[in-house]
Amino acid sequence: MLEFFRTLTNNWDIFSRGFFTTLKLFVIGAVGSLTVGTILATMRVSPVPVLRGLGAAYVNIIRNTPLTLVFAFLVFAAPKLGIEIAFEPAAYTALTIYTAAFICETLRSGINTVPVGQGEAARALGMTFGQVLYLIVLPQAFRTVVPPLISMLNAMLKNTTVAAGFSVVEAGAIQAYLSERGENQVYTLFWITFGFLTFVVPLILLQRFLERRWAVVR
Amino acid sequence: MGALAIVMALGACGKKEDPGAAGSAGSTSAAVGTGDKCASSGVKLTPATDVKIEGSKTYDKIKGAGKVVVGVKADQPNLGYKDADGKRCGFDIEIAQLVAARIGIDPSKIEYKEIPSTNRETAIKGGEIDYYVGTYSITDKRKNDVGFAGPYFIAGQDLLVRKDESGIAGKDGLQGKKVCSATGSTPLQRVREQKLTDDGNISEFKTYSECVSQLLDKKVDAVTTDDAILKGYAAQSPSKLKVIGQPFSQEKYGIGVAKDDTAFRNAVNDALEAAAKDGTWKKIYDGTLGLSGSSATQPPVERY
Repeated sequence: MLEFFRTLTNNWDIFSRGFFTTLKLFVIGAVGSLTVGTILATMRVSPVPVLRGLGAAYVNIIRNTPLTLVFAFLVFAAPKLGIEIAFEPAAYTALTIYTAAFICETLRSGINTVPVGQGEAARALGMTFGQVLYLIVLPQAFRTVVPPLISMLNAMLKNTTVAAGFSVVEAGAIQAYLSERGENQVYTLFWITFGFLTFVVPLILLQRFLERRWAVVR
Repeated sequence: MGALAIVMALGACGKKEDPGAAGSAGSTSAAVGTGDKCASSGVKLTPATDVKIEGSKTYDKIKGAGKVVVGVKADQPNLGYKDADGKRCGFDIEIAQLVAARIGIDPSKIEYKEIPSTNRETAIKGGEIDYYVGTYSITDKRKNDVGFAGPYFIAGQDLLVRKDESGIAGKDGLQGKKVCSATGSTPLQRVREQKLTDDGNISEFKTYSECVSQLLDKKVDAVTTDDAILKGYAAQSPSKLKVIGQPFSQEKYGIGVAKDDTAFRNAVNDALEAAAKDGTWKKIYDGTLGLSGSSATQPPVERY
């Protein structure tokens, strides 16, 4: 039992370092992908055909590319094309590029739930496309898709572990460190799981809070 | 114990040998990673006859099955490697074959199992493999779980750099330089603890091949780990890479065997000692890791 706790305390340096990086990846990746995802969703419902096409192309290409490949492209291929990007920014970029495609689609499904009459009414008041979207449609769309949106972020949290393979020491790298230090593998894996749970619980609470607060009455 | 039956054939490197020795064209391509052809040292191993190992569970099992199951690595060029055609080669592989031949098993009867570093103790304890040869450092902590024959090689943490590198002559030359190693590996943790360079200059990937590719792309200045592993990469592209040759740690590579099987451990030790006497070890080394240009001598076996 004592050894079980020592696995954590004796290796606190790597646990704290790993999970702090995971937190950074998660926060920056979430902000980035929500922003890019919203812009993409806007493009996909915009009246301009070129934008719609670009949005659709982005989503369909990225959605069908494994995250590891996005990472590999940024870390191994981009330098050969003359694009130099440090490992950590590469990780933020890869997570954002990848997750944004899914956020876009989630949000677009939310946009589809907003009754057409809402948009028509807004236009009748003389609002521009931008105003209709940002004042009337998107707020309602976001409210509808809270659960899948939180699920997307949850999935992204776990996807951060891919960065361990690309020179970013986050939670996914802890196991390699501890196995090299001769620590018990079962205990190690338990503590990593426990670490992720402490990240996920606040997310679940946030989802419940937002669902209660933002419930759309129809 | 049986007449010395390891017959040597001084075949030229790359000459087709018995199938178990995985001999193939002697062209070590400059490509890093997979896709390159395996080349054996050309040492011919003939299984010993009338081998008797009393009171060894492992040996009884091998004898009964008529084959030996050996744990190895498959991603370390010239050390423990499997090429695109599925052929295995390298120093560790040939040491494994040497042991097999010495205990009376034809090297072609070896069943190889790739066991990652983290699962080695479990595989030996569970009897999944009969012995393990794969850059396995002898440590007191591991001796609680498994037995070690050997050492058959003494490695030390060293640096692999580009051939034209002149700024790095040893570990103290690393300050301000970019260093790469495998995620969480002991060599990497040592670089960090001894502050050999800034944390920001350390990059870590899952495999050493990825580090070597970064080195060739000039994204890092040095790759660090045991010299044996580095020599394997240097032997792969001797015109582009070199090992500094100033090791700053000591790792004794042993052959992992079941903890309580002293009889079997002694038999493996005998095999290594015989290989020292008749020069087989040296020929294996020269034909594999030795291609990197650095020499090595066989360490004395430590019986316990």
